[in-house]
Amino acid sequence: MEYSIEEVMETVKMTLYHNFDIRTVTLGINLKDCINSDIEVFKSNVYNRVTDYGRTLVSEAGKLEEKYGIPIINKRISVTPVSLIVEACAKKDAPVQIAQTLDNASHDAGIDFIGGYGALVQKGITRADALLIDSLPEVLSGTERVCAFLNVASTVSGMNMDAVVKLGKTLKEISTRTENGIGCTKFAVFSNAPEDNPFMAGAFHGIGEPDFSLNIGISGPGVVRSVVEKNKDCDLTALSEVIKRTAFKITRAGELIGRELAGNMNVPFGIVDISLASTTKVGDSVAGIVEMMGVEKMGAPGSTAALALLIDAVKKGGAMASGNVGGLSGTFIPVSEDSGMNAAVKAGALSIEKLEALTAVCSVGLDMVAIPGDTPAETISAIIADELSIGVVNGKTTGVRLIPVPGKYAGDYVNFGGLLGETYVMDVSKFSSRDFILRGGRMPSPITSMRN
Amino acid sequence: MPKYLVFITVIGKDQKGIIARISNAVYTHNINIEDLNQKVMEGYFVMTMLADMSDSSMTIPELKKELSIIEKEMGLSIQVQHEDIFKAMHRV
Repeated sequence: MEYSIEEVMETVKMTLYHNFDIRTVTLGINLKDCINSDIEVFKSNVYNRVTDYGRTLVSEAGKLEEKYGIPIINKRISVTPVSLIVEACAKKDAPVQIAQTLDNASHDAGIDFIGGYGALVQKGITRADALLIDSLPEVLSGTERVCAFLNVASTVSGMNMDAVVKLGKTLKEISTRTENGIGCTKFAVFSNAPEDNPFMAGAFHGIGEPDFSLNIGISGPGVVRSVVEKNKDCDLTALSEVIKRTAFKITRAGELIGRELAGNMNVPFGIVDISLASTTKVGDSVAGIVEMMGVEKMGAPGSTAALALLIDAVKKGGAMASGNVGGLSGTFIPVSEDSGMNAAVKAGALSIEKLEALTAVCSVGLDMVAIPGDTPAETISAIIADELSIGVVNGKTTGVRLIPVPGKYAGDYVNFGGLLGETYVMDVSKFSSRDFILRGGRMPSPITSMRN
Repeated sequence: MPKYLVFITVIGKDQKGIIARISNAVYTHNINIEDLNQKVMEGYFVMTMLADMSDSSMTIPELKKELSIIEKEMGLSIQVQHEDIFKAMHRV
């Protein structure tokens, strides 16, 4: 088989100059068969399972990085939602003990983040769910690598507003127990959470999954930005076509590496998540793509349309490249983790309200948004409710990762460090939603959910 | 034995001896050159060499390490990647 020099160099340049990489390989692990009413046996089972497979994941992924010359940035693990597996334990601190075990195991295996410390409470809360939610401030301040999630809404069940009310207070408590509220960066709240999402903080191994599932998250904002830059003068129809072709290529690379890694580990291959996942590196920014398309600053009029075109093209290219597209497969627009998003906030071009609009058509949520530390709990709950309503009504996943930063106000700078990036605290409406939120109850599912 | 094909790619400033030195390095380790292309693209010399490593005792990381000496001495950027990644991305 012959390749042109241009084809070969296109792949090489993607990696060398445009930050092309495999963003994450995430092994989903079922822990249901580790359950034991004796907490010590239970912890030992969990520790052994996670370290055994975690070490294999790290070493096998390293071999493929060498073979293909494509960096695999993160090697991660997601597990069965912890609230489910602690149901049989009478001890109130069982969730915390399991969290510490997961933290130790991932540390010893060389895994940087482990997801699944969470619960599915869209319709109601069990005793174990309640214990887990109560433990979130302790776990997210006391562990290093454990990521937490809660699914509080779905198109089929509606939204558990009692849980949403509680979360406003919980987020504030997590933030006050960690420097700059950084504990909140490891906690995502969802509507319609996918069971095979490979991306943190919201990854978990769903109950419909097999014992193991190797899921892969591709990357590519830098690559897509580069092709948009090369096609300055074409119209949007033609631009969609070139983005689609690029998405096809990077998804094929992800599929190849994912399948081979799963085969080498002797576990089933799960899905390729085709989300464009930005990083703090300059040029590896989703906002940068939108701006290269011709919008002066992310958040200016036209941003929603541009982002909608972008993710539509990525989905079409990705779906042709892999029969196993899954997970979130939207566009991430995390404010602190994307240098272009952050610059747009600094410039005053991007507000929380515009972020919400962006997520309505094309993205997966309000992500890594710093808000003033004195924001009332009910207002935080109301922002969550607004965002998740978009997911419930439109039958899509939406998530929220808000960080109330203690002692900081709108416009203040905050640095979370490393991959989590830096940002400016965003302004939040001063008008109260208290009386609405404190009604609680469950928002019924929309009529569009009745499809049978 | 099935072939174990890799692409050795070079980007850098054009100078004497690039292909000679790389060819010599792969020959020394019993690696067969299947195809070779070179060209100036956007002002840089680029070369792609398709090579079969099936008769060699070397692994890809070992070959990369060997070529990194040439890379440093000549101020080049040299990559070694298995052919399958190019097949996946450029052929349906």
